[in-house]
Amino acid sequence: MTAVIINIIALGAFAFAFSRNRQKALKSIKVAAKMFLGILPMLIIIILLIGLLFGFVSEEGLQQFIGEQSGPLGVLLVAVTGAVLHIPALLAFPLSASLLAKGASITIIATFITSLTMIGVVTLPLEIKELGGRFAALRNGTSFVAALTISLLMGLVI
Amino acid sequence: MNKKIKQWVPVIALALISAVLLYLQPEARTPFGTTVLDYTMELIVVLPAVLLLMGLLSLFISNQFISAHLGSESGLKGMAVAFLLGTLPTGPVYMAFPIARTLRDKGARVANIYIFLSAWACIKIPQELVELRFLGAEFMIYRLVFTVIMVSLLSLFVEKFAHKP
Repeated sequence: MTAVIINIIALGAFAFAFSRNRQKALKSIKVAAKMFLGILPMLIIIILLIGLLFGFVSEEGLQQFIGEQSGPLGVLLVAVTGAVLHIPALLAFPLSASLLAKGASITIIATFITSLTMIGVVTLPLEIKELGGRFAALRNGTSFVAALTISLLMGLVI
Repeated sequence: MNKKIKQWVPVIALALISAVLLYLQPEARTPFGTTVLDYTMELIVVLPAVLLLMGLLSLFISNQFISAHLGSESGLKGMAVAFLLGTLPTGPVYMAFPIARTLRDKGARVANIYIFLSAWACIKIPQELVELRFLGAEFMIYRLVFTVIMVSLLSLFVEKFAHKP
């Protein structure tokens, strides 16, 4: 059902764009194909990792680290991992879904997604260069706080 | 080494590791195989649409469009516009840094720049669609709501402390 909605939205947007500017709309297909090739290596890596997760990792083992009982230390560890990792957000969602299916907690998954997308340790030098050290520190620091708060709230409501 | 070839090295390495592990542990083959197939199918039905949407957004929402609309409104409306504009572009957040810099140089509010960057990072529309597909509506909506609340509050905090000669 959601897949149908997503495809309708994309096709609708394409039809609208096509009516406005044919050439640009057709070019977007090319851009999309290029983006696909760009994420393809990472896509395959993520799918293989998910396969390995289901083939070789026991639920008990995984839950010790990122399950309900992992506690504050687990959350903190995942927050730092998310901050350091450099995975396209698009691919973080299937990975997260697989971890949830294996018994990871909602709090942990929300922490992972938020810190992965908002905090960039790898891109920090670029951020400092463009926006200054003070702003970069404030932005990444507050994003860390945001990641923890958002995920704790999500753990409470879901 | 060519960059295009280089990015395939970890892929091949992981594929080889997987093959060895599966050879050594035959009982893992079925769960591995069905999972890989499942997730590949899940992605095939949404990824082309999401990428097409991203392609459209990247061509039709230009940096100039963003600069022209961000910072022209003030107060709550300005913050709402910053959120909205942040959800439209595509690409990782570091691509937004130069835009944010231009906006700041033009005198846009720090809170709005912070909101724009945060929205760009974690609540972009194509991204939210994939989240909806894989994690469900409940997860997506709660994360969206909490993110908007937290980012709004923190934007004011950052604005307060960002100004220093």
